[in-house]
Parts: sequence; structure tokens; C-alpha cells
Amino acid sequence: MEPIIKIENLRFRYPGNKEDSLKNISTSFEKGSFTAILGHNGSGKSTLAKHLNSILLPSEGRVLVKGMDTADESRLLDIRRTVGMVFQNPDNQIVASVVEDDVAFAPENLGVESSEIRRRVDAALKQVEMYEYRTHAPHLLSGGQKQRIAIAGVLAMQPEVIVLDEPTAMLDPQGRHEVINCIEELRRQGVTVILITHHMSECIHCDRLIVMSDGEIRMDGTPSEVFSRVEELRAMDLDVPETVDILYQFRKRGLDVPINALEAESCAAVVAVALHVLEGAFDE
Amino acid sequence: MLKDITLGQYFPGDTIVHRLDPRTKLLCVTLYIAEIFTANTVCGVLLSYATLAMAVILSKTTVKQLLKGMKPLLFIIILTGLLNLFYTTGDTLVKFWIFNITRQGVIRSAQMVSRIVMLICGSFLLTLTTSPLSITDGLEMLMNPLKKLRVPVHELSMMMSIALRFIPTLMEETDKIMSAQKARGADFETGSLFQRAKALLPVLVPLFVSAFRRADELATAMECRCYHGGSGRTRMKELKMESRDWLCILLFLALLAAVIALRVLGI
Repeated sequence: MEPIIKIENLRFRYPGNKEDSLKNISTSFEKGSFTAILGHNGSGKSTLAKHLNSILLPSEGRVLVKGMDTADESRLLDIRRTVGMVFQNPDNQIVASVVEDDVAFAPENLGVESSEIRRRVDAALKQVEMYEYRTHAPHLLSGGQKQRIAIAGVLAMQPEVIVLDEPTAMLDPQGRHEVINCIEELRRQGVTVILITHHMSECIHCDRLIVMSDGEIRMDGTPSEVFSRVEELRAMDLDVPETVDILYQFRKRGLDVPINALEAESCAAVVAVALHVLEGAFDE
Repeated sequence: MLKDITLGQYFPGDTIVHRLDPRTKLLCVTLYIAEIFTANTVCGVLLSYATLAMAVILSKTTVKQLLKGMKPLLFIIILTGLLNLFYTTGDTLVKFWIFNITRQGVIRSAQMVSRIVMLICGSFLLTLTTSPLSITDGLEMLMNPLKKLRVPVHELSMMMSIALRFIPTLMEETDKIMSAQKARGADFETGSLFQRAKALLPVLVPLFVSAFRRADELATAMECRCYHGGSGRTRMKELKMESRDWLCILLFLALLAAVIALRVLGI
């Protein structure tokens, strides 16, 4: 199947900078997949995200969205309605003073008929479970609620891909939980999700994990593949999930446990098995 | 708390006046202002008062609210009244010390005060029964024909509504910055006016920097949501003129005509 987004030899340098922010990146994203991009501040992950819907254009190479070149200005609106983007600060992406008016912003821009906008707005608000807040003023809502409104605002465009650029970075634990649940729900509904983050715990459930550093893709694989390369991640100053860390410490002490149990449950199971083996060894 | 401020004087309600289309209300207020300034006879002024009374009753506005709205302009009303009372020449009614009150002066003064009071109350009723957002929407629609003269109507109204949207956000931020500066020993409450204004500088600089950052991020977010100016844009809540709106406009046109007739007839 043709991937929905294809990146070919992408190189990008901000005007006035001496160094490239993205160095020769080639990859693609499959329809319906859930990809997390992990990296430090300045690793180029947000810059990469901005290339996916023509906010930034490549200095060299090209980005194809459903076969459309992002540099092709005549397809700009088609590209942007295909790839929706949610940013870090919910306050700075809400345009209107009433929740439902804000969600209606994108379809209004696209010239959708008013009854259809109404339908889409209601559907999007229900998808993020904010329907009962539709007549509220956004500035009176919590951070997590505001971010879900921002997601609904993008959903109302009916995009095929949603790119979320550190959507939980400014939220408290409760808000983060709400937003992550919301993203998981979107993925279940078949939306292609690209999540940019520096929280390890948010990457556990994705299909594919890309690690970026210094404008390059350093690792690319399933979360358990990537997280089992503990030393390499540490060398990039990135951490691993606590479960992997525990197993890593066990292995360092000579206990032969698999390292790629990411969830607390599977980690506990692995440890329990290992302990049984040990007990057996002592009994003999 | 700064967060709880309400914008303007809008007082939510569900009366016929609240439900009218904002365009109707804007037009009617304009017609009403024309009516006030045309009325120069006793009957005309009384008719204008009656119009106001009708609107006040229908919108269930209390006299207290109206008086509160008039309070900041009370000085001007009194001054206008007194000046007209003492400085109009004509047939003397009362004369004491250096003052000379004439019959014409009393009439003129009453007329001017009536005009100002009705003007304030009329426009106050508009902002009291219409949210700032609907006023912006209504203005955009009313000014639509100006687009042909290349007046950026859509852009202006977009700027208005974004400004309205960000006032509470920036208020909250001001609050935070002020607290942060206070925690480091800044003093905003004492000193001369000049000193206090100067003390606000460390609040304004970060506020401006952050406002520009917000503006930049908002512009990107709007672009991501396919914003490309006003052309080809539709609206979810289209303003619709109902029969009551047309009736209301007709009524105000009739009232204006009546006042003009009274002026011509001189009664």
C-alpha cells in the first residue's frame, strides 16, 4: 500500500543558521499507523513535524502527502486538510471565544455548508468528549480540556493524519491523561497519528517509534525494539521507561530476563518467572 | 479575580430584544439616534422617550442598570443642562445675581439633556442585550458592501474577535507577571503617579514579548486549520433575519418618519 506521507532526502536549514536542522531524512508513514517521534529539545522533531503540512518547506528533497508535493502551492489547502496539526500550547491555538465556534473555524475556512459544519462540530466534540462544554468560554476550561478542544478543532476538518507536537508538554498529570486517552481513541477509529513527545510513557503503545537526535533519525522500530537499546538511548541523554530500567538493572546483575517488557504487568510477569527460576536453583 | 471579568456590559437574557438579529439592533439604534436628533418639538421628544421606554420594558432592563450606565457621563449631562439653561438669550423668566434664566433656555436645556440621556440609554441597551461577538458579526455583515471599496471588512472583524478572545488570556498573564514581580519586591501601589507608571514597565515588557509569541503561534495554528482570509469562507451560525427583525426595522423607520412629520408641522 502506498504510504500516506513520504519523505525523500529532506534537508532543512532555518534562514540565518549555519547548521542544518534536518539532515537528509527519508522515511514514510503508513495509513492508520500510530507513530511516536521521540527526541530532545533541538533534535529537529518539531521542525520535521512542520514539514508534514507545508508550514515549512524543505531546503532540499521533498515531502509527499498522498502524492501531493508540499511545495506545490496550488495543493496547499488539500495538504493542510489532509494533515491536521495540534500544538503544545492550547491557549495559542484557540481562535474563538466560544468552544463550538472555535471547532467550526476550520470547516468555515474550507467553505463547508453550514448544516454540515454543525454536524461535524457536534461529531468532533463528541469524539473528544467535550460535547457538553460546547457553549462554554475556552479560557474558563482546564488545560486538558482546552487541548481536547484544539484536537476537536482539527478533527472537524476530517483529516486523515493528525500530527500532535508535544500536546501534553504544558499540561498537569490529569490533563496529560485526558489527552493521551483521547489520542488512543482516535487511533482506534483509524486515524493516522503522529505523536511528537519527550515523554517515554506516551510512546509505549505506539506501533512505531522513531528516535531523533541532531536532525537525524537515529532509531526506528517498534517500541520494544527501540527501548531494548538502553545504552544507545542513554548515550543520547534519553531515558527509558521505568519497567525497562528495572529489567536492565536485573540484567546488569546477571539475571537473564528479556528486556522488552514495557508495561508494568508484563514486566512483573517477567520478573516473577526469573525469580521462580532462581528459587529453583537455590532449592537444588 | 481578573479571570472572572465580563467584557463590556453584556447581560445575558432571553427577551425579544436579546433574540433580535444584531444587524437589526445596530440599524435600529442608528435610526433611533437620527430620531432623537430630528425631534425638536414636545411631541417629538415625548415620542422618542416612549420608544426608549418600550425598548427598556421589552428587554426587561431595570432602571438601576440604566442609571449605572449613565453614571460616568452624569457630569457632562449636568454641565450641558446648566450651560444651556444660563446662556440662552430670550424672554427672561427669573433673574438673580448675574444669572438670567430665559424661557427659551429652559426649553433648550430640557431638549439637550433629553437628547443626551436618550442617546446614552439607546446605545447602552444595544451593548447590554448583545454580546460583543454578535456585535462584531453584525458589523461585518452590515459593512459587507464596503468590500467593493477594498475596505478589509473581514480582516477587521477577525481582528476584533481575536482581540476579544485574548483579553481574558492576557489579563490572566498580567496577573501572573505582576505576582512574579511582586515576589521579587516590585512595588506597584505606592509612590507618585509617575513612579507607579514606571513600576509597570517590568510588567509590560514581558507581557508584550509573550503577546508577540502568542500571535506567532496563533497565526501558525490558524494556517494549519486552512485559514486563508475571508474569501470562500462560510459560517456555522449564519445570521438570519426573521420577520420580527423586519417588523422592528419598519417600526423604527415609521417612528423616524413620524418625528420628521412632527418637526415639519411644528407640533
